[in-house]
Amino acid sequence: MKYTEYMALSPMQRFWYNFKKFITSIPSGLGNFFAAIGRGILGFFKGIGKAAAEYAKGFVKGDIFTKISYLVMGCGNICRGQILKGLMFLAMEVGYIFFMVFFGADYIQMFITLHAVRGADVTKNLPGGKSYTVPGEIEVYSYQILLFGILALLVTVAFIAMYFVSVKSARKVDEMVKNGERVPKFRDELKDLLDSRFHATLLTTPIILIAVFVLLPLLFMIIMAFTGFSGAEKSYVDFGWVGFQNFAEIFKTSETGTSMGSTFAKITGWTLIWAVAATFSNYILGMVVALMINKKGIKLKKLWRTMFVMTIAVPQFVTLLLMAQILGPYDYSPMNVILSQLFGVAEPIDFLGSTVNNGLLPRIMVIVVNCWVGIPYTILMTSGILMNIPEDLYESARIDGAGPVKSFMKITLPYMLFVTTPYLITTFIGNVNNFNVIFLLTNGGPVNNLKYRKGMGHTDLLITLLYKLSINDKLYGLGAAIGIMVFLVCATLSLVTFNMTKSAKNEEEFS
Amino acid sequence: MIKSYKLRRGLANTLIYLILTVMSLIWIFPLVWLVLHSFRINPINPDIAPTINYHGIFPKFNELGLDNYISLFADTDYMVWFKNTFIVATVSCIISTLSVLMVAYTFSRLRFKARKPFINVGMIMGMFPGFMTTIALYHILDIIGLGRTLVGLILCYSGGAGLGYLVAKGFFDTIPRALDEAATIDGANKNQIFWKIILPMSKPIVIYTVLTSFIGPWCDFILVDILMGNQRELWTVSRGLRDWTNYQNMSNGTFRWFLSGSVIVAVPITALFLYMQKYYVEGVTAGGVKG
Repeated sequence: MKYTEYMALSPMQRFWYNFKKFITSIPSGLGNFFAAIGRGILGFFKGIGKAAAEYAKGFVKGDIFTKISYLVMGCGNICRGQILKGLMFLAMEVGYIFFMVFFGADYIQMFITLHAVRGADVTKNLPGGKSYTVPGEIEVYSYQILLFGILALLVTVAFIAMYFVSVKSARKVDEMVKNGERVPKFRDELKDLLDSRFHATLLTTPIILIAVFVLLPLLFMIIMAFTGFSGAEKSYVDFGWVGFQNFAEIFKTSETGTSMGSTFAKITGWTLIWAVAATFSNYILGMVVALMINKKGIKLKKLWRTMFVMTIAVPQFVTLLLMAQILGPYDYSPMNVILSQLFGVAEPIDFLGSTVNNGLLPRIMVIVVNCWVGIPYTILMTSGILMNIPEDLYESARIDGAGPVKSFMKITLPYMLFVTTPYLITTFIGNVNNFNVIFLLTNGGPVNNLKYRKGMGHTDLLITLLYKLSINDKLYGLGAAIGIMVFLVCATLSLVTFNMTKSAKNEEEFS
Repeated sequence: MIKSYKLRRGLANTLIYLILTVMSLIWIFPLVWLVLHSFRINPINPDIAPTINYHGIFPKFNELGLDNYISLFADTDYMVWFKNTFIVATVSCIISTLSVLMVAYTFSRLRFKARKPFINVGMIMGMFPGFMTTIALYHILDIIGLGRTLVGLILCYSGGAGLGYLVAKGFFDTIPRALDEAATIDGANKNQIFWKIILPMSKPIVIYTVLTSFIGPWCDFILVDILMGNQRELWTVSRGLRDWTNYQNMSNGTFRWFLSGSVIVAVPITALFLYMQKYYVEGVTAGGVKG
C-alpha cells in the first residue's frame, strides 16, 4: 500500500490495516527467524567442513614438527623458537588431560543418569544373629553432578577451540619458516595484543566472568527444566531426567480451575496486559509532562524537573516499600488518613489487597504506582529528543488549525515512536520481567486460592510465579521451565517488533 | 471561543502551572512523608511505631526528635549492613564499569571474526529473566566455597555486567571514527586510542555506567536474600529494610527503623544522583536512542 493510499483511509481502516499488518507479520517474522537459524546452522557446518579440510590439508603438507603438533599441542611453536607460546599450549593440553582424568570424565559419566552416587550398603548386625542393611551415605549429590557435568562439557568445548587455535598456529609458523619470513617473538605477540588483537585483551576477562556467572548458571537452569529437581526430601539430593514432564505440568488443566495450567494462562494474560499498560502509560504520560515542562513561556523549568527527578534519586526499593505502606489497608495508613481527613471517606480502603472484581483495584494501583516510579525516567529520557523536533512543524500545524492534542498525536508521537523504538522494546521486556514493583508492592497478592494455584494471586507476573515456584514451593525444575517460557515470550515479541520496525524504517524515512 | 491569542496562551500556561504543581506535590509527598516521619517520636511508648496513633498526615513540630536515628544505631545491625552495602557496591561498581566499557568499546570499534556471534549469543542470554540464574548461582558459589561470603555476592553482581554494554556502545558509536584514524596515523596503537582518546571523550557514559552499576547492588535485595539466607551479619541495607517492613504493617516497632534507615541509605544516592544528573541524561540519551 502506498503512503498516499494509507493517508486516505479512515482511522478505523487504518487501525484495521495496522492490526492486520501486525498479525500477518508474526508468521513471516518467525519464518525469518527460523530461516536465519537454519542459515546459521548451515553456515556452521560449512565452516566446520572448511576447517576440517584445512585441518587435513595442513597435516599432509606440514613437516614432521607440524605433524607432531596435531598430537602434542605447541610442539611446532617450541621447535621454531616460539618457546613460551608453545609451552603455554602444552600446559593447556596437560592441564586438560589431568582435569579429565581426575575429575571431568567421572562427572560426564554420572551426568548420563544424573542420579546421586551412594557409598556401599552398610550391613549392621543386631544382637541375636539378625542383620539389616541400610543404603550407603550419599557421596555425590545430583545437583553437583549436574553442575560439574556442565562445567566439564564447557571446559571440553573451550579445550577443543584451543586445540584448533594451536594447530592453526603451528601451521602458520611452519609456513612462515618455509617462506623465509621472520618468526614473531613472544614480545611481538604481546605487542599485537595491544593493537591488532586488542579485542582479545579487552574481551578475555569479561567473557570468562560472563561464562562463569551467566552462561554456566543459565545452562544449569535450562537443563534443570528437564530434571526432577525439587525441594521434596528425596529429590533434593537425588534426582534424574524427567524429559518434558515439567513443561507438560505447566499446561496441565483440571476441572477445579486451580491447576497449574489455568493459573499459568491467567498469569500470562495479566503479564501481557501489565507490560503493555505499564510501558505505554509511562511513555505517553512522561512525554506529556516533559512537553509541559519544556513549553515556551513556562518558568522554573529546573525546579519542576528536580521535583520529578528526586524520585529517581531515592532508591527504588525504598520508594516501593514506602508506597506499600502508604497504600496500606489500615485506618492509620497515610493514604486512608488523607482520604478521611480531606475528603471525608469513612471506611479505610484496601488499595493493594482488595479481591473485588478479580483484584481490579490492586491491578490498577500497581500500574498507577509504576507510573509514579517510571514517569521521571521518561521525562529525563525524552526531554532532549523532544527539543530536537523542529519548532516550525508545530508552528505550521498551529496555523493549519491543529490544537495541542492533535499536534501531539500527529507530530510528537510519530516522531518519538520512530526514534525511540529500541528503548520501547527494552522497556517492554523490562516490564515483563518487572520483579521489584510487583514483589515489593503486593507480593503478587491478593492471593486467591480459589482461582489460582495455591499461593498465587491476582497481580502475580510470570517472573513472580517463577520466584514463588522456586523459592517458596522449591519446585526448581518447574520454575526453570517457566523461565524458559518467559524467554520464549520475550524472544518472540522482540523479534516480531524488530522485524516490523526494520520494514517500517525502509518504508517511510522520518527526517 | 477566546479571541485574543495572548489571553488564550496565558490561560493555557496557567493550566499547565496548575497541573505541574499538583503533580509535583503527588511526586514529592511520599518523600516528604518519609523524612518527616523518620524524625517523629512517640513520647508515650517508644516501641510502637510513631506513625500509628496519628494526629495528622504530618507530625507536629513538638513531636520531632532524633530518637529513631539514635535507636537505629544503638539497637540494630544497621552499621554492619551499611558497611557491607558500601563494600559490595563499590567493588562491584569498579569491576562492572571496567567490563562494560571494555566490551562496549570492543564491539563498537574493533572488527574481528567472532564479533557477530558474540553479539548474538549475548542478546540471547539477555532475554532470559536475569532472576533465573540466581538459584543456580547459589549452588555454584556453595560448591566453589564462596557461598555466604561478600566476595561471592560481589562476583554475582559484577560477573554478568559485560552483557549490559548496549547503551555504552551506542555512545561510542557516536564518536567520529576520524579521530581513531588520525591517532593511528600519528602512531598510536588501539590500546592508547582507547585509554587516551575515547575514554577522556566519554565522560557522560563513564559516569552513567558508574552510577548505574553502583546503584544496582546498593538497591538490590533479592540476590542477598537468596544467597545469604538468615545470616543477618552478611545482609545489605536493602535486605534489612525489607525485613523491617515484612509484616506489611506499620504498627510494629521495627517500622521506625525502616523510616530512619531508609533516609540514611537514600541520602548518598540522592546526592550523587542530583550532582551527576547532567551526565546521566547525556549518557542515556546519546547511547539509548538511535535516530
